[in-house]
Amino acid sequence: MTTAGAHDGALEHLKREGRIVIVGASLAGLRAAETMREKGFAGSLTLIGDEPHEPYDRPPLSKQVLLGNAVADHTTLPRRRAIDADWRLGVPATGLDMAARRVRLGNGDEVEYDRLLIATGVRARPWPNAEEASLDGVFVLRTRDDAVGLQRALTDSPRRVVVIGAGFTGSEIASACRERGLNVTVAERGSAPLVGALGGVIGEVAAEMHREHEVDLRTGVMVTALEGDPSGRVRAAHLSDGATVEADVVVVSLGAQRNTEWLAGSGLGAGPRGIACDAGCRAFDVRGIVTDDIYVAGDVARSPHALFGYQFLSLEHWGNAVAQADTAAHNMLSVSADRRPHLWVPAFWSSQFGVNIKSVGVPPMGTEIMITQGSPAERRFAAVYGYQGRVIAAVTFDNCRWLPFYEHQIESTAPFPPPFSTVDRRPEGNKPVPADFPDPSVPTHGPTITLSGYSPADRKMTFTPGR
Amino acid sequence: MTQALLREIIDYANRADPYPLYEELRKTPVSHDGDGPYVVSTYYEIRSLLHDPRISSDARNLKATGDDPLGQSADEEGADLPPSFLRLDPPDHDRLRRITNRPFGPPHAPRRVHDMRAELHGLVDGLIDGIGTSGTLDRVDLVDQFAYPFPVSVICRLLGVPREDEPRFHVWADTLAASLDPDPDGDPGQRAKSMTDTRMELGMYLAGLIEERRKNPGDDMLSQLATSDGPDGAMTTMEALSTSALLLIAGHETTVNLITNGMLTLLRHPDVLQRLREDPALSVPIVEELLRYEPPVQLVPQRSTLCDIEVAGVSIPKGASLWLVLASGNRDPKRFENPDRFDPDRKDNQHLGLGSGIHSCFGAPLARQEAQLALSALARRLDNPRLLEDPPPYRQNAVLRGPRHLPIACDGILPKAA
Ligand SMILES: Cc1cc2nc3c(=O)[nH]c(=O)nc-3n(C[C@H](O)[C@H](O)[C@H](O)COP(=O)(O)OP(=O)(O)OC[C@H]3O[C@@H](n4cnc5c(N)ncnc54)[C@H](O)[C@@H]3O)c2cc1C
Repeated sequence: MTTAGAHDGALEHLKREGRIVIVGASLAGLRAAETMREKGFAGSLTLIGDEPHEPYDRPPLSKQVLLGNAVADHTTLPRRRAIDADWRLGVPATGLDMAARRVRLGNGDEVEYDRLLIATGVRARPWPNAEEASLDGVFVLRTRDDAVGLQRALTDSPRRVVVIGAGFTGSEIASACRERGLNVTVAERGSAPLVGALGGVIGEVAAEMHREHEVDLRTGVMVTALEGDPSGRVRAAHLSDGATVEADVVVVSLGAQRNTEWLAGSGLGAGPRGIACDAGCRAFDVRGIVTDDIYVAGDVARSPHALFGYQFLSLEHWGNAVAQADTAAHNMLSVSADRRPHLWVPAFWSSQFGVNIKSVGVPPMGTEIMITQGSPAERRFAAVYGYQGRVIAAVTFDNCRWLPFYEHQIESTAPFPPPFSTVDRRPEGNKPVPADFPDPSVPTHGPTITLSGYSPADRKMTFTPGR
Repeated sequence: MTQALLREIIDYANRADPYPLYEELRKTPVSHDGDGPYVVSTYYEIRSLLHDPRISSDARNLKATGDDPLGQSADEEGADLPPSFLRLDPPDHDRLRRITNRPFGPPHAPRRVHDMRAELHGLVDGLIDGIGTSGTLDRVDLVDQFAYPFPVSVICRLLGVPREDEPRFHVWADTLAASLDPDPDGDPGQRAKSMTDTRMELGMYLAGLIEERRKNPGDDMLSQLATSDGPDGAMTTMEALSTSALLLIAGHETTVNLITNGMLTLLRHPDVLQRLREDPALSVPIVEELLRYEPPVQLVPQRSTLCDIEVAGVSIPKGASLWLVLASGNRDPKRFENPDRFDPDRKDNQHLGLGSGIHSCFGAPLARQEAQLALSALARRLDNPRLLEDPPPYRQNAVLRGPRHLPIACDGILPKAA
């Protein structure tokens, strides 16, 4: 009784005059801040972001913005409410003192907290050769500034664009280039676009979409070097099969790296795979002990999911960032009995070559796939992924209105292959085939989902702080 | 017991306020009795069935109509025209809906509905002016004088029906809408005949128009349906006919009720009416809340199961008839706080008023815009409006529910905004 009372008192105190610091002023950071205020947090709220901009939305950057249908500066995230925060924009967090509960900033300032939320996301994996990466005309696409630069380069009518990596972002960029009438070559190490995320069966459909739209798609090859001209402009890309592709613009789209370096040496369990946390978004320290005052959310987080065998999932998904931020914010202001697990069913969307692609669940866990509605040849279908006799994921091409049904199938561990008939079932949808994901030891551009490990309760954990 | 409840819902005596019956119905999320349909009344169950690919809209999948008190509505479009996409499953549904959508909405025609705004404004103001010049303001029937003629004129404009033919169109629309009214006192043989005649006449008329538009296409939807040549190819003449008939019927009867239910609700909530008068932008959340609180389509009686399924613990066999009571789901306290309260400030108002899934209301953007403009103009221009009968007399139909007349009085008609 007294303990509970004391706890409540502490919580009330935190809500009234506590200090909450959020590092990473983007989607997850902003949404968490809004939720905290909604829940009556009246203390001081500090948002630290290394970008100079107010929080903005990234998905349009590789879609509407590259098409010239939206201006990058107009992607600022809508505010759900006023959050009355102390904004520290354009300055990175550079260190964390867990004992003193202090965040160090790049400008030498220090900010104290009672609760810390880390939402530093990921950044584009750069072209490994720094000299080549710095050539004029070589881009990555993660930030608003990246998008402004790339969009400008595309407006200058380049003779050819080379996209390295055919994951979601790379494919969207290729699609935008074609819609603008630009010649584009896509080089992908895997056997097809999107294989890492959706497997070879769907990858083949994606490959046909590229070809139909006259993308020069090269699969099973790597770009080995970028060549510049004497003025420092990129001129060509060299491929592992000996080919050379001349291009004025090269977009490096090789997946992402987690922004965790600033936590090195802090004692927090943060590494190249992100920051491990429990299902309630509380971060683990390097000893595998959960902290009670440090929370994580969004692309940088890695959390166990009961529905998927307690595997630790890191998801680079918009919806995940929103849902996880909400849960983290709720839990930061709750006593332990009131905390909620982050039980979001992974969901992702993309739009390319005029087709709306959506997935739910964790496709890369699937070993088999079955087309349940529609037809891949028409680019309009629904497919489910099977794993050990149950439905583990689903994907739709221009068919997303059915997706809630499949999501429920995943949530209720429905059997695979699905035993029932559906509207729009075609002959090819009557039997499962191997989903054909690449051997995980052979890297593609890096899938959007990485899975590793099992329940912290039944596994010994070894921690490797860096590579 | 449940069947008795169903009968009560269909009973005209309960038309004015079916909501207590829905509340009773929700105690059993899926109710079934004897040969009757499986009636689904709770929000989450309805919504998931609207997205369930094991559920068909194609009447051919219905095993036996059984004791279906609304059985006649199952073939409301008659045998003379092929089923519209409303009564088809993918891939046929998708193809026809896609072709129809090309001239109507994004991505190919993102501005169609928006660009009708000025015209809609003109129609609304003209009709309200007409109320002013019609003589007595002591008794105005908002249905006959406003809520009914407005959507018919809109659909004529949209389809490209020549102005001089509009009066004939009104008569056809009237007769066909009445066919949705099971009238226990009428002579069924007589009704059926006049219905078939009307359909024939309308069909012939549309066929003539389509033929003419094939030769001389304009910017209207009929022209574009007649000459569609997108990636999905062209519609056959019969498909174009059934589609335009669908647009005509679905495109106005629902909107009439939305506007009428809307005005009735506003007159019952004078505080909200006053707020709307001062702020036309409030019409947006008001219309959303109306679609939840008094949806024009109360239930979807046309679905069937393609295989045995289980819903809320009830096994429903293959070929069974399903009724999805949208209006009941919209008042499910498990989904909406204070569901029986009309609250335009409601957040997270994901109602079922326009359905959900692949059959979700095709005309939603137009219906919304029509209702928003109509209600804000009525609020602004009617001086001191008063309800003369509460409840007003309702139409017979339990599916497309709304007042047949809405008698009001007012002190004057205020001038339209400059
Ligand atoms: C081009 C593009 C297209 C996308 N399209 C889709 C899509 O179609 N569908 C979908 O589901 N998802 C999509 N995503 C992914 C989605 O945008 C992300 O999941 C989402 O932005 C994650 O939000 P976040 O807040 O966790 O991380 P981020 O948005 O990455 O934000 C992290 C922020 O923290 C800042 N930061 C990093 N380190 C520090 C530091 N030390 N100190 C201070 N600040 C720091 C970063 O600069 C950044 O501003 C797309 C992403 C990109 C880049």
